[in-house]
Amino acid sequence: MSILDSKAPAGPLAEKWSKHKASIKVVSPANKRKLDVIVVGTGLAGASAAASLGELGYNVKAFCYQDSPRRAHSIAAQGGINAAKNYQNDNDSIYRLFYDTIKGGDYRARESNVYRLAEVSPLIIDQCVAQGVPFAREYGGSLSNRSFGGVLVSRTFYARGQTGQQLLLGAYSALNRQINAGTVEMHNRTEMLDLVVVDGKARGIIARDMITGEIQKHGAHAVCMCTGGYGNVFFLSTNAMGCSGSVAAQIYRRGAYMSNPAFVQIHPTCIPVHGSQQSKLTLMSESLRNDGRVWVPKKKEDAVKLQKGEISANDIKDEDRDFYLERRYPSYGNLVPRDVASRAAKERCDAGFGVNAEGKAVFLDFKYAIDRLGRDTIEKRYGNLFQMYEKITDVDPYSNPMQIYPAIHYTMGGTWVDYNLMTTIPGLYSLGEANFSDHGANRLGASALMQGLADGYFVLPYTIGDYLADEIMVPKIETTLPEFAEAEKSVTDRLSQLFNANGSEPVDYFHKKLGMIMWDHVGMSRNEAGLKTAVSEIRALRDEYYTNVRIPGELDNLNPELEKAVRVADSFDIAELMALDALARNESCGGHFREESATEEGEAKRNDEIGCYASAWEYKGAGQEPVMHKEELVFENVKLVQRSYK
Amino acid sequence: MSSFMKSSIGKKFFMSVTGLFLITFICVHLSLNLLLIFDDSGDLFNMAAHFMATNPAIKIMEPVLALGFLVHIIWSFVITLENRKARPISYNSGDKVLSPIAPSKNMLILGGLVLAFLVMHIAQFWWKFKITHEGLTAVHVMQSGVSVEMENAYAVVAGLFKSSALYCIIYIVASGLLGLHISHGFWSALHTIGWNNQIWRKRLEVAARILAWVIAVGFAIIPLYFMIKF
Amino acid sequence: MADKILNKLYIKIWRQKNSKSQGAFETYELENVSQGSSFLEMLDILNDQLIREGNDPVAFDHDCREGICGMCSLYINGEAHGPDTEITTCQLHMRKFNEGETITIEPWRAGAFPVIKDLIVNRNAFEEIQQAGGYVSVGTGGVPDGNAIPIGQDDAEEAMDAAACIGCGACVATCKNSSAMLFVSAKVSQFAKLPQGKVEGKRRAKAMVSKMDELGFGGCTNTGACEIACPKAISISNIARLNREYLCAKLAD
Repeated sequence: MSILDSKAPAGPLAEKWSKHKASIKVVSPANKRKLDVIVVGTGLAGASAAASLGELGYNVKAFCYQDSPRRAHSIAAQGGINAAKNYQNDNDSIYRLFYDTIKGGDYRARESNVYRLAEVSPLIIDQCVAQGVPFAREYGGSLSNRSFGGVLVSRTFYARGQTGQQLLLGAYSALNRQINAGTVEMHNRTEMLDLVVVDGKARGIIARDMITGEIQKHGAHAVCMCTGGYGNVFFLSTNAMGCSGSVAAQIYRRGAYMSNPAFVQIHPTCIPVHGSQQSKLTLMSESLRNDGRVWVPKKKEDAVKLQKGEISANDIKDEDRDFYLERRYPSYGNLVPRDVASRAAKERCDAGFGVNAEGKAVFLDFKYAIDRLGRDTIEKRYGNLFQMYEKITDVDPYSNPMQIYPAIHYTMGGTWVDYNLMTTIPGLYSLGEANFSDHGANRLGASALMQGLADGYFVLPYTIGDYLADEIMVPKIETTLPEFAEAEKSVTDRLSQLFNANGSEPVDYFHKKLGMIMWDHVGMSRNEAGLKTAVSEIRALRDEYYTNVRIPGELDNLNPELEKAVRVADSFDIAELMALDALARNESCGGHFREESATEEGEAKRNDEIGCYASAWEYKGAGQEPVMHKEELVFENVKLVQRSYK
Repeated sequence: MSSFMKSSIGKKFFMSVTGLFLITFICVHLSLNLLLIFDDSGDLFNMAAHFMATNPAIKIMEPVLALGFLVHIIWSFVITLENRKARPISYNSGDKVLSPIAPSKNMLILGGLVLAFLVMHIAQFWWKFKITHEGLTAVHVMQSGVSVEMENAYAVVAGLFKSSALYCIIYIVASGLLGLHISHGFWSALHTIGWNNQIWRKRLEVAARILAWVIAVGFAIIPLYFMIKF
Repeated sequence: MADKILNKLYIKIWRQKNSKSQGAFETYELENVSQGSSFLEMLDILNDQLIREGNDPVAFDHDCREGICGMCSLYINGEAHGPDTEITTCQLHMRKFNEGETITIEPWRAGAFPVIKDLIVNRNAFEEIQQAGGYVSVGTGGVPDGNAIPIGQDDAEEAMDAAACIGCGACVATCKNSSAMLFVSAKVSQFAKLPQGKVEGKRRAKAMVSKMDELGFGGCTNTGACEIACPKAISISNIARLNREYLCAKLAD
């Protein structure tokens, strides 16, 4: 047996979670009061977990680097949240949501976890409605649904184009209620910088007060990482500026295994990169593909004219437009999963059919939907997205098609966790995007919100009891323990090392360079030679970073450059793992496309002989090669077939 | 109740209620004053003035009205001072969102100017009518077939308008200021007591504008009438 | 469609080392800024220049850079979030500015939002208001089916209009009284329009207003500046609803 024990319960799929809940331990209310839990991050997973744990009676300390928990990047999710409610009577079910998620993830996720996710999904909608989340409604007062990429039923609940915001504000309000009740102690503008492990168990964190620069020690009986993904390794992504894999890297160096870091989602509908001064890419919700048709010109000469700005999209006749998604995938059409849509866009642009000056954009056209449904309907559905597009690009998407191009959006990979969401460090949990568990090699639209809330509201509050039940005799964790002093010293040493490098280049210079390496070699299309180049370039850049970075300001004052410097330093470690993981996985699956593993038509070719595993990377020390362990993925309930959306 | 009076909404509630009350008074006042221009003999106006001076209900209302004025004026200073404290450092680049002369931003100034006029106004009329009776003569007016003796208020008012162009101009300007004050004050008062929503908003704003014009023009027309005719 | 380049800009910025120190304006010259850049990217360029010159870069709040997290907070040329409507600073683009222009950038100014450093202010007061009552008192689990209580589309839409608030503080920054009424009313309105929130509507309105007053925000004088500055176009009709809720709650006491 591998050293990775998934603790997935035996038995029929549909009974696993109920049986597991019945068999795990529960902590009595009197004992919960004696137990401290730290929650890092206050997005959907963190806020829902902190609120739920606080309500159960644990003493919770929650941390976020922003000035308010409400600002976590879950807020930016636009389109919706999936749930197997079958309100539409379109033959949706828990099994179908499970199956779609497994298939959408290209059979690289753990069956038991995914089924549980589908199983608790209806509860999330009920919970959010009860909290006052203003979901879209039909005239009769019932909840409204829309369809999303990669599935054939309508199961996506939404609140205009701000679903993530509304769900996060729901969780935030639950959190506020607990803060008011005194069960949760909130630490805003406080960033975790290291994990403290005592006798092999997670016992606390080292954090920095971002206003005063004070280094703080916080002890607890268990620690939960709800810190999101690591997409900003690419510099340009749809993530918030502060999103980083920093905490993932910190706990990885402390012994938590990192799983499937190569699995990154490239979202097909983002506003294209524009010039060299850009700091961030903006996502246009996937829901737009419900009514927008994706196309590029059929004729090369039209594309060239578009690139030179000699003609505009509306000058090209319908018969000269290549609706390549509808052409290649007639059954799913514009609603193919994200990885497929992204690669198809890249294929057309690489072939010279790109439609902007850089040749790196395709059209998303609403002309046909406006003709069919009227402008009012489209405005009602997507008004805020259209407004956002116009503000950024200065182009009116009602009269001209949008230009879109794929961009880094989400990371399916993350810290390895077992069925209880516990990492390889006992007492350390990882929730939401931060863990690897539910989306395999590709995430379906509207499933990230579902997973974050499922983990925080309905999974962790149960599973953490199983661990904490054995900790009730452990007194309050004192931060005077030598392990805290050691961790604090390692943090202060690291800060001084970066601060005193006194080099000549600002942090962003390195971050941009790292992003270029990643986009070129560990992006939408990967091959062995490129990945090897990436590994060596990342290592070289990291060495240069520690000697040539320049951090202005002071250590003991608010210092955004210092904050960034730490995050970027951690990004190098994650970037290296991503390249190594991509190199090790010599097959194409989901968002991971290896050129060596493709069909003659250029479609991704999965190889279950070699790829049916979740990787788990173990840190072996600075300068040492990390070691990959494998959790073999066993599929007892679904038959592995080559994904087809044709 | 005390917590309500101390709360920001509570304080505003009193401003609103007194404001609406004062608007009612002004409407009554305006309708009486307009009698000045409908009967050059002054009988109509004198009868109305006599009615107001002798009716017991009006007698009771007089101190209430005074209280309304006092609360509205004192509260406005209290609220404005408190609101100023909420921003200890002001902006270097000013405020480009609202016009600097928007009535909503200048209610204290508008109200203060109206108050200055009010003081003069009281000294010139109310004080004479009620306290000193200076310059008031008696006049007989036929009421329901009976000749009733009453004070000739018309002579005082019309006399002042006929004799002093300066006073007429001040009166016209004050009418305008009052109109501006009410153009914001009326809908704002209803808004503060909770009577507003997306649909009513437009209606109330239009109503406030109409009311403001009626009051401003209504009062201004009286001195204009005397200036032009006499 | 290449964007025009602004050859020269003068950036006048409030610099303040920390909450205790005195601040002052400093003016920096900046060259070659594309009009296609966002306002914050312009500040990135300025900061890159400052760091390379060995100076302390300008501290400003920002995170999502897509107008939804509510972190960014600049008062630009006399307007919160700058010279464009229904956007946050991060969505403001340099095409709104002209060649050779002096751009004045100030932090939100309100006694309840003290400056932490440069352009960063402390908005904890908003947190305290939300914690005082900005929630429905429902625990995790044990709730009815999502469709058990029908909610009319109009009510849901109106609740959503109010719920769109991102908590940036532009309303406070713009209001001549630094009043937080629009912020508070948005939350109270969202819940007042929904059956789930109505249950404790009175308690919520009283708790949130009393916390707001305690924290030193000014009172609302219905100038309507807040809704013009609001990046999410939250209407002051919500303030009328808050007034109504509050007055009814107080009457019932």
